[in-house]
This record gives sequence, structure tokens and C-alpha cells, in this order.
Amino acid sequence: MVSAVFHSPMKARGPLPAGSLAASPLAKAAPAPVVAADRPAADAKPRRAPRDLRAFWLRVLPPLLGFAVLVLIWELIAMKSTTGFPSPLKTWQQALVVFSDPFYSKGPNDQGVGWNVLASLQRVGLGFGLAAAVGIPAGFAIGRFEFLSRMFNPLISLLRPVSPLAWLPIGLLVFKGANPAAIWTIFICSIWPMVINTAVGVQRVPSDYLNVARVLNLSEWKILTKILFPSVLPYMLTGVRLAVGTAWLVIVAAEMLTGGVGIGFWVWDEWNNLNVANIIIAIFVIGFVGLVLEYLLIRVATLFTFEEVKA
Amino acid sequence: MNPHLSTKFIDIAGVEQTFKTPKGSFQALRDIHLSVAKGEFVALIGHSGCGKSTLLNLIAGLTRPTQGVLLCADKEIAGPGPERAVVFQNHSLLPWLTCHENVLLGVERVFSATESRAQLKTRTDEALALVGLTAAAHKRPGEISGGMKQRVGIARALAMEPKVLLMDEPFGALDALTRARLQDELLAIVQRTHSTVVMVTHDVDEAVLLSDRIVMMTNGPSATIGEILSVKLPRPRNRVELAEDRSYVHYRKAVIDFLYTRQGHVEKAAA
Repeated sequence: MVSAVFHSPMKARGPLPAGSLAASPLAKAAPAPVVAADRPAADAKPRRAPRDLRAFWLRVLPPLLGFAVLVLIWELIAMKSTTGFPSPLKTWQQALVVFSDPFYSKGPNDQGVGWNVLASLQRVGLGFGLAAAVGIPAGFAIGRFEFLSRMFNPLISLLRPVSPLAWLPIGLLVFKGANPAAIWTIFICSIWPMVINTAVGVQRVPSDYLNVARVLNLSEWKILTKILFPSVLPYMLTGVRLAVGTAWLVIVAAEMLTGGVGIGFWVWDEWNNLNVANIIIAIFVIGFVGLVLEYLLIRVATLFTFEEVKA
Repeated sequence: MNPHLSTKFIDIAGVEQTFKTPKGSFQALRDIHLSVAKGEFVALIGHSGCGKSTLLNLIAGLTRPTQGVLLCADKEIAGPGPERAVVFQNHSLLPWLTCHENVLLGVERVFSATESRAQLKTRTDEALALVGLTAAAHKRPGEISGGMKQRVGIARALAMEPKVLLMDEPFGALDALTRARLQDELLAIVQRTHSTVVMVTHDVDEAVLLSDRIVMMTNGPSATIGEILSVKLPRPRNRVELAEDRSYVHYRKAVIDFLYTRQGHVEKAAA
């Protein structure tokens, strides 16, 4: 999924004729990927193009069609709309304006999209980092000791399904500030996947490895660093990926409620200005940033996953 | 040291092992009485499902018997330890460590208190050289063949210089030529280190070539020791010369007779 969305825009630039029906609306729909996907395009294109043109088209055409359908429906809605829903072309022109200067700053309530994204990422980073610092060791402890697992599992089962936004008032009350409350919300929503996945990973360490540890009489520290940690790592990274995904979902909603600088607040602000084009741009930006986060974490996870974990 | 230790270095008395399964309890072993002398090489042989590996795990201390007692050097075996090194059937190497690191892990635990870092590395290199894997020392288990992995497992156990070497069908997964080479290496090492070895095998030739005594087990469930055969072939043993040796042929026939004539109805017994 990631690769399909990731590769389509740049391939559209190379082999497709400039005025092609499919290519032009696509470039409008997703302006950001075109900028960021330059590097992979450079090494992917010369390798594949001369070899098997048919396979190449089968890979490129479906995602392009997908985007084309999206743009078409969007265009239809814009045409029928009487409330000023912006057309793809209008949004594209607005996007060019927005991205021409993403890092301007005219006071706290009027900053470029770049600053807003960075502010949101910073909150996610802080809340998520705290959650990792607490959740991963907690997951290890819960996975390793049956008693702790029995002690905390009911609590986790109770608290995990709670919408993260329900925690926002608690954060506001305790921390007496919008920013710490938003970070608190990220913390509480991203801690569960990390706790649960780490604990499951610890419980699923192959018994052969633990037998080795017992025969070699390894110290608890060696068991942790040489056996538990490496075999739990793939599970843990899955937890991290889920957590980042959730955090990125939640930050937009949290910022709508707390205000300040941030992509979520930006969406709300543009709604108050009735600037719908900017909201659509924000949706694409949020989607793209989420995609990049996911992609990076998948890359990290594959680096640390050993093919032959169990023969 | 206590003199009787030379004959009863490992002492197994009245051991019974019962597993709880969803279908009820399953008796794997009963009435196991066996002593292994210091420096002795004992092979456990029997059809699959006869509890050979169960008995080995008990000696390793990985499982505890439901009844009876196991002693090693006059101390009850309460759990696993590096003085009883195990070569696992499925190599059990850690996939994120190189072969060198896998072996070093055991070496460190045993010798790091008394030896320098360089000495530990030398020990590791020697153990890998012994199994012919110097070239693969810095590869990960995923990058080498199944036979090579098993050789690393053997190197890991040998490098710890254990008092007892417990081997669970260590050469079962190897090709015939590599197996023969490693058997010869093992003979030479045991000769030199006077290690006490308990090896699970289903290979008759391997058992006769390597062992001082062959413990032949009856078919499971409720398996026990059927017969113990003393192999009085002079050491060092040479496989080529032994192939025509009359007593070798005699021992081989005795084991085959036990396995295929007297305990031959393994399918019927299991059904």
C-alpha cells in the first residue's frame, strides 16, 4: 500500500506524456509526494522501464486510476456544491500559494503550514517519546512476570478502549495548560500498543532460546540484552508503529480542541475562516506526514527483523 | 573427591517422568536407574518416542522428574548449568548474533572471571576451528547451512569445557561425510578432555563407534531402560579398521537385534 501510493506520482512524471488525462489531476491531488519522492524515482526508473513495459504499466496504472477516480468524484461534488466547495484545480492553485512560503510567521495565530506540521510533530514526538519510555519497560515487566501480567491486564483492558480525547479534560485539569494536555493525550493513547505488543513479544520468545539461556546460566542482564530484547524487537517495533499511527490520528483532534500552533488547529482555524481549500490541503498534508512516519518505521522494523527467528 | 564418584558421576535413581496433557497424564519414563562414570561416553538409543530426549532434558536440568532423583557429582540436579552443556537437536543459535558471538556467549559465562578478553576470543576461535567454521565466524546463523549451524551449536558446548556434555541427536541433521568427520573430532576431543558424555542417537554405528556403554530403551509410552551394552573396543578407535573388526560387528548386531527384533513393533505399541 505504502509503495503503491509512494511510487505512483513520480512515475507519472517520467513515462507519461505531459498532457495525459491521468497524470495531470494526480499531480494536483497530491502535490507533496511529488516533491518528496524524487530520490526513489531516480533509481527505479532506468532499471525497470526498458525491461518489461507491461509489468510497469500494471504497477503504475491502478494507483493512477485510483487517484483519478478520487479527483473525478471531488470535481463532481465541487460542481454540484452550492456552498463553495473548492474544485481540484482551485485547491491546487491554493496549494501552490500555501507551499510557496510554508515557514512564514505572522504572530501565534497565523503561521505557515510548515510550522504547524512541525509543532504537531513536536507534540507527537514528546508524548510518544514519554509513552515509549514508560510503556516499553512496562511491557517487558508485564511480559516477563506472570504476577504483573495478572495485575495489570484488567486495567489495560479497561483503559485501552477509551477514546484518547476523553483524557484531554484530565490533562487540562492536572497540567493546567493546553500544550501539556495535548502531549498527555498523545502519551495515553500511544502507550497501550507499546505495552501490549512488548508484553506479547516477551511472552513469545521461543522456549529454545530461553533453554539456551538456562543452560549457559546467563545473567538477567545478558538474558535481557542478548535474548529478550533482540527477539522482542520486531513485536516492539510493531507496537511503536501502531502507537505513532494513533498519535498522529489523535493530535489533529486534540489540537482542534486546545488551539495554539499545529496542523489540527490550522484545520479548525481555516474552518472558522471558511477557507475549505486549505482544509483539503491540510488533509493531504496530514495523510502524507502519516505515510512518511509509517514508511520510516517499517524501514526500521525490517532492519531489525531477523529472517530466521525460528527454524 | 569422593572415590565412588568415579563410577557414579551422574546417578539416576528411580526416575519417573509424567507429563500432564489435555487428555490426561502421560507417563513418558518409568523406573530409570542409571549411573554414568566420570569420563564415560554413554549413548541413549531407542525408537522415536521412547523418551531418550526426555531423559537427557532431565540430566540437563531443563525439566524436573515427577519421581526419583538425579545427582551430578553428588549434588542433586536442581536446574540447568554450564557444567552440563547441551547440544540441542535444533541447534538453537541466536539468529541476531554471529557464530563467533554465539559461541562467545557461553565462553564468557564460564571463563570471564579468570581470563582476559583476548583469551576468551582465542577460546572461541579455537572452538570454531575445531568444527571447521573459522571462515564463517562472522556470519549470522541465517547465512549458513543447517549442518554448519549444528556445528556452531557443538562448538558452543565444547568451548565451555563442561564436566558433562549432553548431546541430543547432535549429528542427526548432518550429511554422512560431515557427520563422520565430526564423530572423529568428538572422539579426539573426548579422548583429550576426558569429558563425560551422554548422547541421544538413533544411529547404531554412531552409538557403537563412540560409546563405552549403550543404553537401549524400550518403546514408549512408559519407556524404561531395556538393556545396557558395554562396548569394550580399545581406544583410540578408527572407523576404517573397526568396520571389519569382529567385536564391532558383534556389538552392532546386538544393538540392531534389540531395536528391530525385540523392540521392533513400534507402530503397534504406539497405536
